[in-house]
Amino acid sequence: MTYQPKLDTSPPVSDEIRQTTCYMCACRCGINVHLKDGQVHYIEGNRDHPVNRGVLCAKGSAGIMQHYSPARLRAPLKRVGERGSGEFEEITWEEAFELAKSWLTPVRESAPEKLAFFTGRDQSQSLTSWWAQQFGTPNYAAHGGFCSVNMAAGGIYTLGGAFWEFGSPDWEQAEMFMIFGVAEDHDSNPIKMGLGRLKERGAKVIGVNPVRTGYNAVADEWVGITPGTDGLFILSLIHCLLEAGKVDVPYLARYTNAPVLVGDDGLFVRNSDGKELVWDRVTNAPQPFDAKGVKPSLYGKVQVDGVAARPVFELMAEAYRDPQYAPEAVAEATGIEAGTIRRLAAELAQAAFDKEITLNRPWTDFRGERHETITGRPVAFHAMRGISAHANGFQTCRALHVLQLVLGSVECPGGFRFKPPYPKPVAAHPKPHHKVTPGKPLDGPHLGYPRGPEDLALNPDGTAKRIDKAYTWENPLSAHGMMHMVISNAHAGDPYPIDVLFMYMANMSWNSSMNTRGVMDMLTDKDENGEYVIPKIIYSDAYSSEMVAYADLILPDTTYLERHDCISLLDRPISEADAMADSIRWPVVEPDRDVRGFQSALLELGARMGLPGMVNEDGSAKYADYADYMVNHERRPGVGPLAGFRGEDGTGKGRGAPNPDQIEAYIENGGFWLDHIPEDALYMRPFNVAYQDWAVERGLYDAPQPFLFQIYAEPLAKFRRAAEGHGAHQPPDHLRPLLMKAMHPLPVWYAPDGPTEGYPLHAITQRPAAMYHSWGSQNAWLRQIHGHNPLYVPTAVWEAEGFEEGDWATLTSPHGAITVPVVHQASLNPHTVWTWNAIGKRKGAWALSDGAPEVTKGFLLNHLIHELLPPKGDGLRWSNSDPITGQAAWYDLRVAIKKAPAQTASSPDTGRQTSPVPAAPKHLEVGK
Amino acid sequence: MTTLPQKTEKSLGLVIDLDTCVGCHACVISCKEWNTGNYGAPLSDQDAYGDVPMGTFLNRIHTFEVVPENRPAQTVHFPKSCLHCEDAPCVTVCPTGASYKRVEDGIVLVNESDCIGCGLCAWACPYGAREMDAAEGVMKKCTLCVDRIYNENIPQEDRVPSCVRTCPAGARHFGDLSDPTSSIFHLVEERGGIDLMPEQGTKPVNKYLPPRPKDTELDVLGPLLRQESPGGFLGWLDQQLEKL
Amino acid sequence: MHPAPSIIAFTALSGLGFGLMVFLGLMPGDKAPWVMGTFCLLALALASLGLMSSLFHLGHPERFIKALSQWRSSWLSREGVLAILTLAVFALYGALWVLTGAQLAPLGWLAALLALGTVYCTAMIYAQMKPVPRWHSPLTPGLFLAFSLAGGALLAGEITPALWAFAVLAALQAAAWRKGDLAFAQSGTTMNTATGLTKGEVRLLEAPHTGPNYLMKEMVFQIGRKHTRILRIAGLTLAAVLPLVAILLFEVKHTLAGLLVLSHVAGLFITRWLFFAEAEHVVGLYYGKR
Repeated sequence: MTYQPKLDTSPPVSDEIRQTTCYMCACRCGINVHLKDGQVHYIEGNRDHPVNRGVLCAKGSAGIMQHYSPARLRAPLKRVGERGSGEFEEITWEEAFELAKSWLTPVRESAPEKLAFFTGRDQSQSLTSWWAQQFGTPNYAAHGGFCSVNMAAGGIYTLGGAFWEFGSPDWEQAEMFMIFGVAEDHDSNPIKMGLGRLKERGAKVIGVNPVRTGYNAVADEWVGITPGTDGLFILSLIHCLLEAGKVDVPYLARYTNAPVLVGDDGLFVRNSDGKELVWDRVTNAPQPFDAKGVKPSLYGKVQVDGVAARPVFELMAEAYRDPQYAPEAVAEATGIEAGTIRRLAAELAQAAFDKEITLNRPWTDFRGERHETITGRPVAFHAMRGISAHANGFQTCRALHVLQLVLGSVECPGGFRFKPPYPKPVAAHPKPHHKVTPGKPLDGPHLGYPRGPEDLALNPDGTAKRIDKAYTWENPLSAHGMMHMVISNAHAGDPYPIDVLFMYMANMSWNSSMNTRGVMDMLTDKDENGEYVIPKIIYSDAYSSEMVAYADLILPDTTYLERHDCISLLDRPISEADAMADSIRWPVVEPDRDVRGFQSALLELGARMGLPGMVNEDGSAKYADYADYMVNHERRPGVGPLAGFRGEDGTGKGRGAPNPDQIEAYIENGGFWLDHIPEDALYMRPFNVAYQDWAVERGLYDAPQPFLFQIYAEPLAKFRRAAEGHGAHQPPDHLRPLLMKAMHPLPVWYAPDGPTEGYPLHAITQRPAAMYHSWGSQNAWLRQIHGHNPLYVPTAVWEAEGFEEGDWATLTSPHGAITVPVVHQASLNPHTVWTWNAIGKRKGAWALSDGAPEVTKGFLLNHLIHELLPPKGDGLRWSNSDPITGQAAWYDLRVAIKKAPAQTASSPDTGRQTSPVPAAPKHLEVGK
Repeated sequence: MTTLPQKTEKSLGLVIDLDTCVGCHACVISCKEWNTGNYGAPLSDQDAYGDVPMGTFLNRIHTFEVVPENRPAQTVHFPKSCLHCEDAPCVTVCPTGASYKRVEDGIVLVNESDCIGCGLCAWACPYGAREMDAAEGVMKKCTLCVDRIYNENIPQEDRVPSCVRTCPAGARHFGDLSDPTSSIFHLVEERGGIDLMPEQGTKPVNKYLPPRPKDTELDVLGPLLRQESPGGFLGWLDQQLEKL
Repeated sequence: MHPAPSIIAFTALSGLGFGLMVFLGLMPGDKAPWVMGTFCLLALALASLGLMSSLFHLGHPERFIKALSQWRSSWLSREGVLAILTLAVFALYGALWVLTGAQLAPLGWLAALLALGTVYCTAMIYAQMKPVPRWHSPLTPGLFLAFSLAGGALLAGEITPALWAFAVLAALQAAAWRKGDLAFAQSGTTMNTATGLTKGEVRLLEAPHTGPNYLMKEMVFQIGRKHTRILRIAGLTLAAVLPLVAILLFEVKHTLAGLLVLSHVAGLFITRWLFFAEAEHVVGLYYGKR
């Protein structure tokens, strides 16, 4: 017989649970941090949290190892060796602040634009942008420009919001779900949870991606599209739907600008109040789009005040019914068979119209019309960087939104639904601000959405006001700035040199830059006097990243378990479609090193410089730290960083006076605050009076702002018109053809610029689900899963090149070459190679050994990508980005592949940096 | 003659849905985190930040490709941990009795204080479910979180294995597979749950739900058939506008 | 399977020692006490050395006594119990012979029986392993016993039994390789059954971790075919063919006997290394390796 020992099946789990917000990626899930003997013992998902409802991904669970990472910086550092060498001395915070102040104050007093302040993956842009504004520099942005600004801007200019933080598929009611270009990173737990729900209900999932991994692996159908052709595929779907009459005409007529009249000049026809006009079939006359009882027409040329005009719908139908979008015409370019495109269009139509949902929920629209029911179109979409990080990404994102609109599936049951504070149309967003006055704050927020050429950030002589050249004719709608151009432009002194580069959490000398080697050189380049071309660099990071070695002053940040943060509705919200929500981080353990949360350090630096808003009248610091700011800062009266538990009694929702006990209230509530949207305000929110009123009550808007979804984007028409030679604001001549090509008010598709001859393959990256950017490699558990990254090669190429297991290959682009290990993958687009992103590491970084696989076998594709297109012989610098938004066109990379002799390490070798942290322990027994 | 119980009162185990698993490794790390700090010795990591990092894990995800004829290749993420077999060969080979299958719920466990670290049980397991911890010299394996599922110090709803609680896609299910009234039993029936390596005769308790058929063509092309309107496109448009 | 030196030494040396015990128990002849004593010490030393080297394989050798408890179900436990019993009985048998001159034949037969039983148990540790198809065969205990008896006979200087034992050994080894080469395929375990994925050819795209792990180090060992051929020929020749031929052609005297022992032991270690190195565990399928 078996001897069965007696087990204690009820051992105590921990001494205490503290609930905060995860920061192992950008999802911002709620976590329960179990503490034992004052140490972090176990981290699990918070079941009550709106984002993750208890689940947690690999990164989240591995947070304990990030918290105990040997790569954590320990004290402020001052560079003593050459830049890039990693040689530093530890200094005190007092010294660090005074040094930074001594660099920054003269800049502010003389030429504030000589500070370029850019932040990476932080979630405190509401604070950092305000700080930069108070400093007075126009040169501020976060990382959106190299991340996914096309997705965000394409959404704002079309729907008043995009995917992820802006809104989500209706996982509970959708019958068909189509996902484009999404690796398992952004919004990862919600998408995984959603996919699980769809699968449970038997809904069909279609994955559109050149690579079949992750979500595409579980998709019921995989569309292995050729990179950069998503827009063409989507417009072909629209073509099929229009040809078949499978579009939601009533929806288009009521809730989109399909009926709005467009004049010959390409601009909307408006009445004297500035309201867009539609042609009313009842009165047979033009009426404002929001007139009560209006029944707009969707076709026919009409005359309004002697001006010929046609409705948007007719322009759209004409454009997309064109045979150039027929499935047969796009099959070769997209790599998708014509029959498949037709079938998918049929399936979309079937789900949208044959499985229509009717909710008996009366509501009133902004025209004052009462509806007894809400019609749902149970087709939902989601997309991310795969479609946006192309030079045609903005238009592709817009095309996807137009597809959703013709199916009538936005803001309805079963479709795509916004999350508060979205939807917010362009009109509700600021314009870009860039007026510099030495010693004074900037004239307003840096980043905004231009309405037309008049909003560009240009000097009278046509030169750029911003160091990244955002909001110029080269990329007029660069709503997130262009972080990837900052170092390149600052080094070139184009448009002007800068004095201080100040960055936070952005690994610019490594995976966050195109042309990594080039950026390293620019950061270390010296002028004829032996001074660095970029004179001073301040950098804040929690860990010994590659970028640390390239800075002069390091402000060491805390880990995410040691800090305050607010995940604010003023910033990147975590609301749900049914509720508004925000959350905090708080120090669940205290740092054991001489480090400070960057935001607290930034506020102190601001106070020492006497920046307006950061000091009291007597010159003392206004905020003790970030926590104090989170509670007491008011952006508008009664509206602050945190929306919950406002007012002196803590009952205020969205609006209310600062509550000194607010943070305690959040902690008590599990680290977040949630407020459900009333039943009658849950759908059709841009048009729904109940929602608009609720949003004003909650401080999301200051006045109701109903709007129409913008199939036709008038701001683009304005730029196009300028390119044609009209108006006071004129582009330089060499940009006119590009503007004409890109600036279509209706979504178009064009092939990305750049050489393809001799570079037959597309090369892309995906971020693995178990790693986040460069952070994961210092994590003893995660690096065992992804310790190095092979290049995945499709079957046809594998066989043609005669590759075998264990082989290496040289990958060549117009910009450079790398030699890397290869692996065969059958479930891959035949013209595409790819690898996991940001696994490769520089020797000496992240407290890893010199022989770590990340260093020897890992690699970056970034070495092959330049921030500029190869010279065209015209002497001009053509940016490798979307000509509309400036989004870095990472995924337009074209390469050639060739078998290489076996290597001992991948190349190029970028040298070694001295580690500013002690050597890591050899073995671990966590939890012993 | 065997020291496996003739019958267990329950057959607790996991059902893993290969149609839903996106291969995110959440279960892998959550398992590692829970089990390094709880039952028995920690799950150590050797050369943790060095050239050849190698640690003990009780649950790992493999990624396979299935290459059917005339259809696109499929990717299948495949989590694997102890299957808590009815005829667990790892138990009967154990020379010390450290390995045993619990009578009350069928969980296969290692009593670490009796384990001499001979490694024979790992050899006997066809699935690779057991890993010897290099620091502690004892055999580690999935415990089905025996210290969670009955643990009165954690809320009732959380008394499931760590991997199940954390799985974002809901691809992991836990329950009594011998109970025909349980939801997990029905799930296996409905989806045609399978045993891994049935020819090895281990009678695994854990079941795998195979991927649903993929990339199959919808034969209903009906929706694309043009609704014939007398006036062509504009005629159709007029009809639609009348509905306003 | 990983050819761990400790396990190779354990099985090879203890097999030799127990084989020698068999012949000393069954055919002691009329050896002088000091001769008998030397032989007995050699047998005991070989067996003990082998058993001790097996302890090096353990994570917790200090707990080895616990390994004797599960003799009802575990071949390893049985092997441990029988090994100790054999050593004890054989030591008693030898001590009585050497020290008192008492030649208790039944005790010798018992020791021989126990020694054979021990070798059988050792072999069954491997033969029971269904996940290692090459081992999972009656040929495995046959081969272990043949090795033990051939080596034992040679060491004991029992030339006629040795002749037969070498012949049987050569045949069994050849058969084991022949059958073993097909065993994995015949086991019916494939990547399809391992994964339950039946809709096409299954191949590994990504291993669970980019680094190695215990399972791969312990159970996934790969050697080249060419390498294998050379080692097989060398192993078989040295372990069985050469001694066999030598016995047939020459009169085996001390020097030659010594050389043959060396040849056999070298061959034994080579074939035993191959026994492990060639054995494929079905778990390798999960790593795309077999």
